[in-house]
Amino acid sequence: MLLEINNLHANVEGNEILKGINLKVNAGEVHAIMGPNGSGKSTLASVLAGKEEYEVTEGEVLYNGKNLLELSTEDRAREGVFLAFQYPVEIPGVSNTNLLKTAVNEIRKYRGEEELDSMDFLSLLKEKSKLVELDQKFLSRAVNEGFSGGEKKRNEIFQMAVLNPKLSILDETDSGLDIDALRIVANGVNKLKTKENATIVVTHYQRLLDYIIPDFVHVLYKGKIVKSGGKELALELEEKGYDWVKSDKAEAVV
Amino acid sequence: MSTTETQKIEELANKEYKFGFVTDIEADTIPKGLNEDVIRQLSAKKQEPEWMTGWRLKAYRHWLTMEEPKWPNVKYPPVNYQEISYYSAPKSTPKYKSLDEVDPELLDTYKKLGISLDEQKMLAGVAVDAVFDSVSVATTFKGKLNEMGIIFCSFSEAVREHPELVKKYLGSVVPYTDNYYATLNSAVFSDGSFVYIPKGVRCPMELSTYFRINAANTGQFERTLIIADDNAYVSYLEGCTAPMRDENQLHAAVVELVALENSQIKYSTVQNWYPGDKDGKGGIYNFVTKRGACRGTNSKISWTQVETGSAITWKYPSCILQGDNSIGEFYSVAVTNNMQQADTGTKMIHLGKNTRSTIVSKGISAGRSNNSYRGLVKIGKKAEGARNFSQCDSLLLGDKCGAHTFPYLEINNPTAQVEHEATTSKIGEDQIFYLNQRGISTEDAVSLIVNGYCKEVFKELPMEFAVEAQKLLSISLEGSVG
Repeated sequence: MLLEINNLHANVEGNEILKGINLKVNAGEVHAIMGPNGSGKSTLASVLAGKEEYEVTEGEVLYNGKNLLELSTEDRAREGVFLAFQYPVEIPGVSNTNLLKTAVNEIRKYRGEEELDSMDFLSLLKEKSKLVELDQKFLSRAVNEGFSGGEKKRNEIFQMAVLNPKLSILDETDSGLDIDALRIVANGVNKLKTKENATIVVTHYQRLLDYIIPDFVHVLYKGKIVKSGGKELALELEEKGYDWVKSDKAEAVV
Repeated sequence: MSTTETQKIEELANKEYKFGFVTDIEADTIPKGLNEDVIRQLSAKKQEPEWMTGWRLKAYRHWLTMEEPKWPNVKYPPVNYQEISYYSAPKSTPKYKSLDEVDPELLDTYKKLGISLDEQKMLAGVAVDAVFDSVSVATTFKGKLNEMGIIFCSFSEAVREHPELVKKYLGSVVPYTDNYYATLNSAVFSDGSFVYIPKGVRCPMELSTYFRINAANTGQFERTLIIADDNAYVSYLEGCTAPMRDENQLHAAVVELVALENSQIKYSTVQNWYPGDKDGKGGIYNFVTKRGACRGTNSKISWTQVETGSAITWKYPSCILQGDNSIGEFYSVAVTNNMQQADTGTKMIHLGKNTRSTIVSKGISAGRSNNSYRGLVKIGKKAEGARNFSQCDSLLLGDKCGAHTFPYLEINNPTAQVEHEATTSKIGEDQIFYLNQRGISTEDAVSLIVNGYCKEVFKELPMEFAVEAQKLLSISLEGSVG
């Protein structure tokens, strides 16, 4: 088991957002987490990544058998947890290459591996940038500075490709993407899929799931997973809308 | 620093004072105090000609009529000018017998900067037994420079060997009446660098104080004069990234640059004097007057500075743009941490037609420090078509520090174009979280963000200086976030 979430509760500024999440993710699987706005999807992604504003009040998260919640944000990343941000931040003056070089070497150091030399590193960047059809000029540009929405998202997947995580969490990666960019991003994610890693796709719309085919779909509503199923659940949701889940939820609770 | 550590260092400091290393006060030291006799003695010991002694005395007499400036945005106890020894022999006695006696935090910094043991000893004021390679290196370079007619020597040597040049240019940019500290410096300056680049010569290497023999002992009143004759070019590096320990608390240097027709002077500084401990104790007061005159048409002077050291920094490297079409540039990164105070900026005085100036100032404040940018852009009546662009950014780390901007504009010609942009920002927690999520620790994240913020200035520094400056910045800000 790569990830096991048991009865996870989390608050932000005193409001309980996650109210008992249970989820199991095995290596090799793609899970989609869907839900209406405000259901707690992004909160779940942030809690897993270790964002400080979120206070876990109950429950546990096991990652590769380790207590994930005890690890610092950077150690989670070094252990192979990657979050593709919904709103990637701009870091003026820091080039993509510089960020990734620092990140790759920090991760290697953590794992007791030697630092990559510059030549090897650059060829790694070139190879991975092709995966998301990212122009080489983005490598020397400052992180996300002046990038379009689509470029920012592609850049997230590019970073994911370079860092080669075990568990990738894509937080609304499809938001703000036109259909071409969506296809490129999804292609990148699909190519990175192996038997050893897993992906959690957090999304509002079914659209992305036409391109990234999930093994499991979970519906999050008011801080709980109210429905789980196969990929057909996403289609059903698309057809019936979230109201269907909302009304259904009453039955589930009963 | 913990109290026990502070105590330990204080103990060491006291020990040093008690036993004092006062072994033979060398015959070459003038006792503390300042008066005309002291200046005459000082001048005599340096075997200076009559005109030089006279100049010093004029400055001293003028200094007596002046008052210490109170306008800078810094606070410090009054300096007792009679408690300073204005001349000590170049070969001062070592302050410590071994590295074990030196502040362990200082040593830690040296290690992080990758400074060799011998250099560590030299910088910390420990007796050195090895001879530096740089001495022989310097000799080699000197030969090459001589062939091209370039003069690069200590100020004292220039006074003896090239009196005509010194007489012509000394005080021509910073007159001995200029300001309190510059006037004091004119009276008692110890030594410094002299550079002359003859007509049409492009100096083939970066000139650095590091390569000048005895550079380490130029003392607290340094005086530098650089002249680029017609069509000449020179890039000069001052300072050192390693924190320099010095027992002299007051440093009042003067730097004068003269750029003649079509010539260019690039002056880069990395200033990292001892800032004092975390409570600001024992740091250097760095009161510097730096000014360049673009005398010739199409001449250009660029100042680039990275200021991370000193308890108090008070300096405004300036350009007087006399020649038509001349250009002045000022690129600055000033970092203050703990109790440090900096009041720094520039003055761009536009006198000639179509003169241009650029100011890029990046202030970074952390800890309980205070960082002020103070800058003047003055456009004279005859400066038709003058242009200035100023950008002053402040970055705050934490909520106990301060950033201040004091821009002054005096525009006396209606054709001038002057632009001023200023921003103040804090390092965003979302930026740090983003970098943490990529496996980068908070400390490294801050360092990445800060270096990104300073990039515009660092790219003006010579390559290896830029790399060192980046490292230095990270070390200066260690522990300031998180």
